[in-house]
Amino acid sequence: MEKFDVIVVGAGLAGLAAAYTLAQEGLEVLVLERGDYAGAKNVTGGRIYLNPIRDLFPDLWKKAPLERFIAHEEVALMAKGKSLTVRYSGEDLRQEPYQSYSILRAKFDRWLAKQAERKGAMLVTKSRVDDVIMENGQVVGVRAGGDELRADVVIACDGVLSLVAEKAGLRKPGKPYDFAVGFKEIIELDSAVIEDRFGLEGDEGAARLFMGEVTRGKFGGGFLYTNKESLSLGIVVGIKDLMDGQPEVQAPALLDDFKLRPEVASLIRGGQTVEYSAHVIPEGGLKSFSKLYGNGILVAGDAAGFSMNIGVTVRGMEYAMASGYYAAQAVLKARETGQYGANQLSVYELLLNDSFVMKDFQSFKDAPVALDNPRLFTVYPELATTIMSELYAVGAGPKNRIYPTIRKHITIRQLWDMLGDFRKVRKL
Amino acid sequence: MSEVLGLKAKLGLDVFKHDSEPHIRIKAGMEKDPRLKKAVLVCPAGLYSLNDAGEVEFTIDGCLECGTCRVACGTEVLEWNYPTGGAGVQFRFG
Repeated sequence: MEKFDVIVVGAGLAGLAAAYTLAQEGLEVLVLERGDYAGAKNVTGGRIYLNPIRDLFPDLWKKAPLERFIAHEEVALMAKGKSLTVRYSGEDLRQEPYQSYSILRAKFDRWLAKQAERKGAMLVTKSRVDDVIMENGQVVGVRAGGDELRADVVIACDGVLSLVAEKAGLRKPGKPYDFAVGFKEIIELDSAVIEDRFGLEGDEGAARLFMGEVTRGKFGGGFLYTNKESLSLGIVVGIKDLMDGQPEVQAPALLDDFKLRPEVASLIRGGQTVEYSAHVIPEGGLKSFSKLYGNGILVAGDAAGFSMNIGVTVRGMEYAMASGYYAAQAVLKARETGQYGANQLSVYELLLNDSFVMKDFQSFKDAPVALDNPRLFTVYPELATTIMSELYAVGAGPKNRIYPTIRKHITIRQLWDMLGDFRKVRKL
Repeated sequence: MSEVLGLKAKLGLDVFKHDSEPHIRIKAGMEKDPRLKKAVLVCPAGLYSLNDAGEVEFTIDGCLECGTCRVACGTEVLEWNYPTGGAGVQFRFG
């Protein structure tokens, strides 16, 4: 029977980061991936923030097949028939090292898998892990396509549903409140058209978020990222909100309507949709994490719940890569003792606690509650755009004074509610 | 085209590889379960629909393996697994 030092389930960012790090240290690592190639099953909205993980993989970034560095940030409050957009462009975003890049996962993950293989990791694709092998309460391997494969440690990096962590008893099926679903189209456009349309120089890219009417006031928003020769355009929406109706809408219709908005239609005109993809996203934060380790097993990436939405930034991939890295470090530490029980592997949590990963999740532990406020997606986009509409309006008769115009919309009651919202948002 | 495509046309753009059997099934007797009806709203591929008899019908063709129905409906209603290795959707961009 074959025995490896480590079996990694899933060739996504967490799994490949773990495999890369372990193989570099000379361990025998097997990565099992159910897709035809690494990245075949993986979806992102599309942007990765590199600064927190640059030093964890110092040799990796120079040749990484990323798309465009994000030099322009926009957020749009969307109401029915009107919107208000804030655009931030800063020299800080245009200076190296660039902080974030748009990314296509099928391309990037395949490349990252190659880097891990180059370090000595073994990648087996088209292989679905069906179960973990337990002996005396310890995970000692996995069953995949009728094969029994054994290892000192299994690292579950099998994504947001993590059936592997479930089978190992580290988590239960998730609750709708803690998850969103993202779905997007890849729309091909000439790079010159993209650069013209978004006002980009060379490799610069733009990121745009849209909140409000695009999700019918439900938790979530629309997004647009510019890639080299395509746009990633999609919607993220809370699963619980979708289920509750009010108003009732089928998910795909949200994206169709989003594309028809004039603010978006003009940006994608003439483009060719070449792929439609979707994925569940963990949104529950700290409180919804799975157990991070057990006897003979570690959990990293989306599988552990490492993804964070704080409104202005939505992040997951750097947490995935960092947690894969720290899982690898935990294995190396446990290896010094020759034992891989929960006791030895618990160092994983300590490493994460000391890193930006858990520090971020601690800092923003109230974000899911602060953002679970329908007013953010209904009242504010409507209010802001209505005020703008009246400020810009010049009708047939005399124009109203500016201050009373604003005051008319912001009543004492409104101010009171805003204070309540502010109290919540203050926790961010 | 960047215009709105029908869902079928949109899913037709993706690469799917045939599996020997469907990886998601509605559990027997659960066709009218209220939990299952949520799938009609949440599935990004529109694979669930309500028929005249008030039952939820489901087709696996075009499944993006996103996991939303598993989260929304739960495993008491759905028998849910990923496709066998090498089958199902294969994203070229992701």
